Amino acid sequence: MSQTKVRKMLFILSKATIENVYAAFVMANGARMEGIDAEIFFTFFGLEAIQTKKLKSLKVATVGNPAMHIPTMVGGLPGMEAFATMMMKKEMEKLDMPPVDEFLEILSASGVKLWACKLAVDMFHLKESDLIEDLDGVLTIGDFYNKADQEGTQMLFI
Amino acid sequence: MELNIAGVNLDVTEDGYLNDLSQWNKEVATEIAKEEGIELTDKHWEVIAWLQDQVKKEKPLSVRGIKKSGVVDIKQFYALFPEGPLKKSTRIAGVPKPKSCI
Repeated sequence: MSQTKVRKMLFILSKATIENVYAAFVMANGARMEGIDAEIFFTFFGLEAIQTKKLKSLKVATVGNPAMHIPTMVGGLPGMEAFATMMMKKEMEKLDMPPVDEFLEILSASGVKLWACKLAVDMFHLKESDLIEDLDGVLTIGDFYNKADQEGTQMLFI
Repeated sequence: MELNIAGVNLDVTEDGYLNDLSQWNKEVATEIAKEEGIELTDKHWEVIAWLQDQVKKEKPLSVRGIKKSGVVDIKQFYALFPEGPLKKSTRIAGVPKPKSCI
């Protein structure tokens, strides 16, 4: 029934804007729903999505994002980011998209492996206690490459 | 398309999903499950009944809905219907293939 040749998806999430985080989450969840393995490697700003204190306050980028269709100067005004984020979250809730914390729970329960990048963890001086409980561990990029251990593996940088 | 299962010709979609839930019965479900490599247990039947109930109430199916269902948690759901749980469970339950991305 399933025609796909993809057997495993490896995602590198390097950004913390909500649209990028959800892109990775939706694709990882979608993979598992098709019987495809999925793993996410959180690096640099992507680490915000797995920091317990930060993951609930991720924002949409209102500056430097032409698709927002507002002038950059306006996008930089105080409160714009929060406003745009609130509007987007409302729309996502209508589609039954879970918030970041619940989405992480779903991913983990679905068998998606969640990894933090060692270099970025060191750079941002993070401790394991700063990160979510569902995290599967801290890896180097070399370790992550080794997860590409079967035919039909794809790696995606977000 | 037609699919002959348990001696009955069933009206199915290209993906093998029943077009008409009234053609569904436990025998049909057991046979489709076998095709999918699944032996149905009491827990499977509970999930199937819940899925059919959701569809009758016209509620969209998603993995988040499974989490909130109170029937199974997500881990159990993947264990019961490995490799594409929502796709397989809906096919066995005789309801349409879910269109949701989540």
